[in-house]
Amino acid sequence: MDTFFQQIINGLVQGSVYAMVALGYTMVYGILGLINFAHGEVVMVGAMVALSVIQLSISYGLPPILALLIGLMVSIAACMALGYSIERVAYRPLRKAPRLAPLITAIGVSMVLQTLAMIIWGREYHAFPSLLPNGSHILFGAIITEVQILIILVALAMMGGLLLLVHRTRLGRAMRAVAEDPSIATLMGVNTNSVISTTFMLGSALAATAGVMISANYGIAHYYMGSVLGLKAFTAAVLGGIGNMYGAMVGGLLLGLIESLGAGYIGDLSGGFLGSHYQDVFSFFVLISVLIFRPSGLLGERVAERS
Amino acid sequence: MTTPELKSLLHVRNLKMSYGGIQALRGVDLDVAHGELIALIGSNGAGKTTLLKVLAGLLQPASGTVHYRGTPLMHHAAHQLVQEGLTLVPEGRGIFARLTVKENLQMGSYCRSDEPSIDRDMQNVYELFPRLFERHKQLAGTLSGGEQQMLALGRALMSRPTLLMLDEPSMGLAPMMVTKIFETIQEISARGVSILLVEQNAKLALEVAQRGYVLENGLITSSDSAAKLLVSPAVRQAYMGS
Ligand SMILES: Nc1ncnc2c1ncn2[C@@H]1O[C@H](COP(=O)(O)OP(=O)(O)OP(=O)(O)O)[C@@H](O)[C@H]1O
Ligand SMILES: [Mg+2]
Repeated sequence: MDTFFQQIINGLVQGSVYAMVALGYTMVYGILGLINFAHGEVVMVGAMVALSVIQLSISYGLPPILALLIGLMVSIAACMALGYSIERVAYRPLRKAPRLAPLITAIGVSMVLQTLAMIIWGREYHAFPSLLPNGSHILFGAIITEVQILIILVALAMMGGLLLLVHRTRLGRAMRAVAEDPSIATLMGVNTNSVISTTFMLGSALAATAGVMISANYGIAHYYMGSVLGLKAFTAAVLGGIGNMYGAMVGGLLLGLIESLGAGYIGDLSGGFLGSHYQDVFSFFVLISVLIFRPSGLLGERVAERS
Repeated sequence: MTTPELKSLLHVRNLKMSYGGIQALRGVDLDVAHGELIALIGSNGAGKTTLLKVLAGLLQPASGTVHYRGTPLMHHAAHQLVQEGLTLVPEGRGIFARLTVKENLQMGSYCRSDEPSIDRDMQNVYELFPRLFERHKQLAGTLSGGEQQMLALGRALMSRPTLLMLDEPSMGLAPMMVTKIFETIQEISARGVSILLVEQNAKLALEVAQRGYVLENGLITSSDSAAKLLVSPAVRQAYMGS
């Protein structure tokens, strides 16, 4: 087995998930200048809701693929409602407050969601049923499973769809207009509140899908899975240049690759002293380096343009 | 149907507004009739921009009444006013720098759904400002100041305004461009659009307007036909430097 190509494949899969979640951070930042630190928990809720719905569907004897589809759909709908509510309840009243207020609120919302999830689904790790054919293929001497192929394809399709929406539709134009200047957008007849709500819901739909993908890939889900994942996706968004959608995608894929290649070679590099479980170190090393050396990220223009 | 609220297109009475402690409008009365071109002049800080922002729904007044087409303005949310034909071209143009020229024009017609006539209106704007057509794929932020003002005017026309409010359209433009913009304003007026024109350039504004108002420290200090204001010694001395 070829370690290099294997890690590239793993990195692309993980990176697709990061990219989808990073888009949620970056779209909200672009439109409100706010870092929605509760976004990682939306991913977790997406996974948990899907898990429950899938278990229920299976117990009613539905075929696995159908159960997965229903689970995904319900989870997307639930997360869109959740994203809408988070903005409506936690952020909108603070729209004119100093920036620290919504940031602290975001952390509060994360804690509430995590605790609620713990109460509903318990502290234990849940096995996420494998519902897709267990086949795999050999590519450049590395193994790629059908689940992984599907993850990459769905991520590409959803991100492509989002780009089309943002750049080719009336709603997308309104989103970009509000991001640039909400009061001028209002003068054009745009209902900025509903555009902001829509942005949260779109980001949450991607987050729900990412939650299902990551659980399906690793076969587990638990109430705590959102926090580290959220932090990494945020890292990806910062790496690409927060506020920039292409940046979120590039940053996500890049972070997935860095992490996975790092994990694959860290043993050799450290003479066996450090194991692959140190892979998280790479993400946070990337975050710190970007913040120090290029705070505007790879594709970002300026940082701190709003105060 | 003889009350003044119902007769004039825009009917403003005793309008007050303050920013925290600063009283920016201290009881403004103003009328615009259908088809009129009205100039509103006043020095820096007089409250002109504040007045237009209140009329466009961006700021809430402290007291007073505004009737637009006979209905109190406060019955609409800010984003609904443009659908009612009340369009503001804000101070400093307010174009979307990161949208293309064409997308900016499309934002102008955001609240309309009559696709065929939107297309026709866009053709009209391009005919009025061929420069915009040449640059329709370009990001609006890369346009020159004069081109941006053309875009702001064109975008406003895309909303099919009944009452067009312009906040210092000549600001920062070279004389040639000022002439072009004022010709266009007259042309828009000739098509029947009512216009409330705020200008520092009092002479130019009063030359194209039918009536004028002078705003000083949040109060209307004189209002008359534009011709009379143009020759009024007080106005000449305060706003035309002679
Ligand atoms: N956002 C704000 N906060 C506090 N005060 C403000 C604000 N905007 C305007 N003001 C004050 O209100 C008064 C009127 O300002 P406004 O912008 O309406 O004047 P203007 O007539 O448009 O002036 P100019 O010709 O310079 O554009 C000024 O004293 C100004 O300092
Ligand atoms: Mg002004």
